[in-house]
Amino acid sequence: MATAAITAERENYLNQEYGIKSWLLTVDHKRIALLYLLSITFFFFIGGFFALLIRLELLTPVGDLVQADTYNKLFTMHGQIMVFFFLIPSIPAVLGNFLIPLMIGAKDLAFPRINLLSWYLYIIAGALMLHCMLTGGVDTGWTFYTPFSTAFSNTKVIEAGLAIFISGFSSILTGLNFVVTIHRMRAPGMTWDRLPLFVWAHYATSIIQLLGTPVIAVTLVLVVLERALHLGIFDPTRGGDPLLFQHLFWFYSHPAVYIMILPSMGVVTEIIPCFSRKRIFGYKFVALSSISIAVFGFLVWAHHMFVAGISLYAALIFSALSYLVAVPSAIKVFNWTATMYKGSITFSTPMLYAFGFIGLFLMGGLTGLFLACLGIDVHVTDTYFVVAHFHYIMVGGAVMGYLGGMHFWWPKISGRMYPESLGRLAAVIVFLGFNLTFFPQFILGYLGMPRRYWQYPPEFQVLNVLSTAGSTILAVGYVLPMVYFLWSMRYGKAAPDNPWNASGLEWMTTSPPPTYNFDTPPVVDWEAYDYEHIPAPQEARSGG
Amino acid sequence: MADSPIAVEQHNPALKHHFATMEQQREASSLGMWLFLATEIMFFGGMFCAYLIYRYWYFPDFAAASSSLDITLGTVNTAVLICSSLTVVMAVRAAQLDRRKQQVIYLALTLVLGLAFLGIKAIEWTSKFKEHHVPGATFNFEASLPGHPEQPVDQHHAQLFFSLYFAMTGMHALHMIIGVGIFSYLLYHAWKGAYTSEYHTPLENSGLYWHFVDIVWIYLFPLLYLIDRKK
Repeated sequence: MATAAITAERENYLNQEYGIKSWLLTVDHKRIALLYLLSITFFFFIGGFFALLIRLELLTPVGDLVQADTYNKLFTMHGQIMVFFFLIPSIPAVLGNFLIPLMIGAKDLAFPRINLLSWYLYIIAGALMLHCMLTGGVDTGWTFYTPFSTAFSNTKVIEAGLAIFISGFSSILTGLNFVVTIHRMRAPGMTWDRLPLFVWAHYATSIIQLLGTPVIAVTLVLVVLERALHLGIFDPTRGGDPLLFQHLFWFYSHPAVYIMILPSMGVVTEIIPCFSRKRIFGYKFVALSSISIAVFGFLVWAHHMFVAGISLYAALIFSALSYLVAVPSAIKVFNWTATMYKGSITFSTPMLYAFGFIGLFLMGGLTGLFLACLGIDVHVTDTYFVVAHFHYIMVGGAVMGYLGGMHFWWPKISGRMYPESLGRLAAVIVFLGFNLTFFPQFILGYLGMPRRYWQYPPEFQVLNVLSTAGSTILAVGYVLPMVYFLWSMRYGKAAPDNPWNASGLEWMTTSPPPTYNFDTPPVVDWEAYDYEHIPAPQEARSGG
Repeated sequence: MADSPIAVEQHNPALKHHFATMEQQREASSLGMWLFLATEIMFFGGMFCAYLIYRYWYFPDFAAASSSLDITLGTVNTAVLICSSLTVVMAVRAAQLDRRKQQVIYLALTLVLGLAFLGIKAIEWTSKFKEHHVPGATFNFEASLPGHPEQPVDQHHAQLFFSLYFAMTGMHALHMIIGVGIFSYLLYHAWKGAYTSEYHTPLENSGLYWHFVDIVWIYLFPLLYLIDRKK
């Protein structure tokens, strides 16, 4: 293992070239991952800013901070930014981009220039979205429901639709790159049953990106054409069917939830064996559960439409299929737990996030079963119960996994260690802040507070104040890692090649890796998660 | 070492740094293209789905509106596109046989046929504009339901048909325009001699794209033009 002094001087992907051009024209997957990291962090804080404004408005029962119109725009743009410009690209475009070639022993993704292209498409889409926000915004809700979006809203629907259309291309190209890379670029000996489960999760995610995203793309094109050129495909006054829009929209947007959660599950599946010092329990089941979540995910979309007027028989079938998704999800949770059973567990920062993930995902998943049940769904549709449920999945699940992964691989990405005690503190703050923000919303929703209103009956105020208080704590928990990650780039202890004594190929190259990832092309002759044969780390564990 | 086959292959200037062999590179590009075509199927699939539902609901109106399309021009265009797929295949074959001149001729023919298709499409659209068959405030479609001369077509449902007609043929034409751009690029490089029997992946993959766009039309033509043409 290289000493700190040598690591600092070694040529790596960060110090091989300098200057703005070497970044903006790079085709190195690791540098593109960092470009994504910067841009999605930017959008995360914009989306978070909108969220804080929403929570501030809801501090009191009357509309005092913003008017109803502005409030509509706030939750619309919060949703659009967070879904399309943060959550969808978050783990795949940053960690997946950085790690997949390293994990399978390749020099780069299969199509490095397409990888850069997808970042530029993302930036063009993001710029369009920013322009749209700064010149008036949108108020349709992130769902663009017709006929409001096509015939009635007088906000910038066309611009927002086009921005999301373009960002969809970015997402498709990332998924395409991953699938081809995983099929064609694996190092000798890296068989399908030796692939890290992070890679399996990204494979499943990419399939959804490839098959789902084009459908929302064409749906948004039709919405834009309906607004701009007066086509009438979703127009009820001409016999068009707004429900058709909802079907097409959710055909992508339900699987999109799995685009957000599957990579996070992949991250957690890497973290848990490492800090339990045990081989993953049921490798094949975890791998195949990712694939089956992706497949089932395409068959449940109409559970978003139980009260929209679909037939009872359709609703029954979609309800039953929605329950089925719980099976592969539960397989994962049981396998993570079984992996930890009798393991030698250390409570380091990534592991704390993994614990948080399991707990919050469990809450989000189980309340998902409530919503899949037709009777309960009618009661809680369009209430804060739904809001709380999907935030437990998308923030509690996806973002916890993202942060856990950022901590786990930060030494590899930056070549520096982050301060461990601050890391643990931030993980705890995020967990507490998150629950304080969103748990009261389950109760609010069950009591009947509808979503998307800027004011509410006074008896709901206590729970709303709790939620707003929680959101400020959550904000601290999110800002903290950004601060100490930046700090560690200059002042952090130099990271060894494998600070956690983890098993993946990515830990067998230097930290940070050289431009072409490995000095000698790796040949794999061991099984995945071979923790029985890897000693636990002695000194690097408690650095901070 | 220098005369082992792998070492020789690595000297091919078209081999990118991150691939080990030309074979691996070709297979990766080909898989990438097939996946892209899968996304295209889903893209057009959304519109086909809308078409099927409305056609099922409003069949007589759709049949009447469909009969107003120019079947001669539609048939000619179908033939033009099928021929262009043939010339694409011939261009790839010429590259495999290292016949540069033939390659250039076939690519140029493909371009001419592609542009002819777009030209004919433009003529059709223009006449639809003149007849006020374009959805919107000025839309006007006078016809009776097939088999019921006394019963006029529902204007709204006819508008739905033309909405789908313009959306679907419009998206198809957009793909044709992109295809023409790609084939102009290929023509230039083929003329420079870039594609040989050893390396012609761009030609092959662009050919796949062209065939795909062709196949979309093969479905669009009967669905839009031939709903009720029995005499």
